Amino acid sequence: MRPWPTLLALLVLLGAWELYVDLGGGRGVLPPPHAVASSIWTDRSLLWSNFRPTAEAMLLGILVAAVVGLALAISMHLLPWLRRALYPLVLASQTVPIVLLAPPLVLWFGFGLKPELVVIAVISFFSIVVTTLNALAAVDPDLIKLSRSFDGSRLRIFRHVELPAAMPGVFTGAKIAVAVSGIGAVLAEQSSGTTKGLGYLFEISYSQLLIPRTWAIITVLSLFTIALFIALSAAERLTLPWAYQPRGEIPA
Amino acid sequence: MPAEGAANVMIEAPRLEPRDLEGPGGVRVEVVSRTFAGRRGLVPALDGMTLRAEPGEIVAVVGPSGCGKTTLLELICGLQRPDSGEIESAPAALMPQRDLLLPWLGTLDNAGLALRVRGVSRSAARLQAAPWLERFGLAGFEKARPAELSGGMRQRVSFLRTLLAGKPVLALDEPFAALDAITRAEMQAWLGHVLETEPRTVVLVTHDVEEAVILADRVVVMSARPGKAVASIDVRLARPRRRTDPDVVALRERALEVLGVAA
Repeated sequence: MRPWPTLLALLVLLGAWELYVDLGGGRGVLPPPHAVASSIWTDRSLLWSNFRPTAEAMLLGILVAAVVGLALAISMHLLPWLRRALYPLVLASQTVPIVLLAPPLVLWFGFGLKPELVVIAVISFFSIVVTTLNALAAVDPDLIKLSRSFDGSRLRIFRHVELPAAMPGVFTGAKIAVAVSGIGAVLAEQSSGTTKGLGYLFEISYSQLLIPRTWAIITVLSLFTIALFIALSAAERLTLPWAYQPRGEIPA
Repeated sequence: MPAEGAANVMIEAPRLEPRDLEGPGGVRVEVVSRTFAGRRGLVPALDGMTLRAEPGEIVAVVGPSGCGKTTLLELICGLQRPDSGEIESAPAALMPQRDLLLPWLGTLDNAGLALRVRGVSRSAARLQAAPWLERFGLAGFEKARPAELSGGMRQRVSFLRTLLAGKPVLALDEPFAALDAITRAEMQAWLGHVLETEPRTVVLVTHDVEEAVILADRVVVMSARPGKAVASIDVRLARPRRRTDPDVVALRERALEVLGVAA
């Protein structure tokens, strides 16, 4: 994939933004990109010290979501009665407005357990369960029949055929989880009364009308999420090269 | 001629020791019926289907599209149960119409899949599959993923995978239908030679009457859905057979006549 068209589009967008503010748009409260960039530079130590706890919570939250989500999806796939019982509930749970869910969750888990982690995990977990389940269910039934004609046991067919075939779906779920984990982290920090993290820094910067810094925080959090997304895509290409290999092309 | 080239490779390849097969291995399908619940009511796939294959016999089953041929093979493999009638078959392994190779595995591991799903370790499965690759014209492609193989090679891996399941009965479901005409002719000649050196009871489902006559000891013709056997044609011809042999042509015409296709 060549990044040049994207970079060019980004430059055009930033240029238009800069021009818009310079020409008097933004009513004095929309900082131009260069002001955001300079805020990132001058506030770098503040941003960094608040970035670390947020990033840590995001990574741990995704990890918890992945472990729990995968375990649940696999159990539901292998146990049809469990799937019948839980699948409608898992789907219904996606309609819950997570923005509203964060404060009561923080209230509930506020003691002992790291509350942000729970909120991030809860928010990220559904995409992993649903995409993994769907990917497992989408495995070619003829492939299962074939393996059964070889006297394969249920668990071994799962291990050697179904699970590897579903791995691209698992990665898709993880990518969605990464994308929403930043939302979860900020929501949790703003609901939990913590005094560190980018969500917290955003709150106080906003209340002090340090507008360029709020945009700097948004930028840092977005860049981190993008970096995670790219890292996950790279891991996928590395572990599942077959899912990317064009058919019929013989590698040199 | 490419078909003969493939044949020569087979003759020169070393013969391997006979493998342990599970029991003597015939197939007996007795007045079997099977109906499915379709979107628009019940769809009878088979109605009073009868078929026998003696141990070591190659029986080709030809019939119009949708006459329940695949259902027949799944019944023989024990993947479905008949609604009525009786099935008695030695253990059978399926070879599907599409190769269904696992895109993340190399040739060696794809060939050994039947062993792996039965609990054989990876190294043992590879050890067992490795000597066959050369014989199957796959030497040098041990690690190649299916996407790197030609259609003919993929079907050979698929056949090897079914063969390595170690079952006395092979249920082949239109194994060459997806191949181009030249590759198909090569593969038919190749399969004929493999089955000479590696005898099994074979139920070969095909819509290609010529393929049936070239490969089989007996051709069973099925009616349109709901399928049942309407004729059984013995093919007592020496092998290898050529599609231009007058005897082959005559039998092909006979089978087509039964199928109701004007010659």
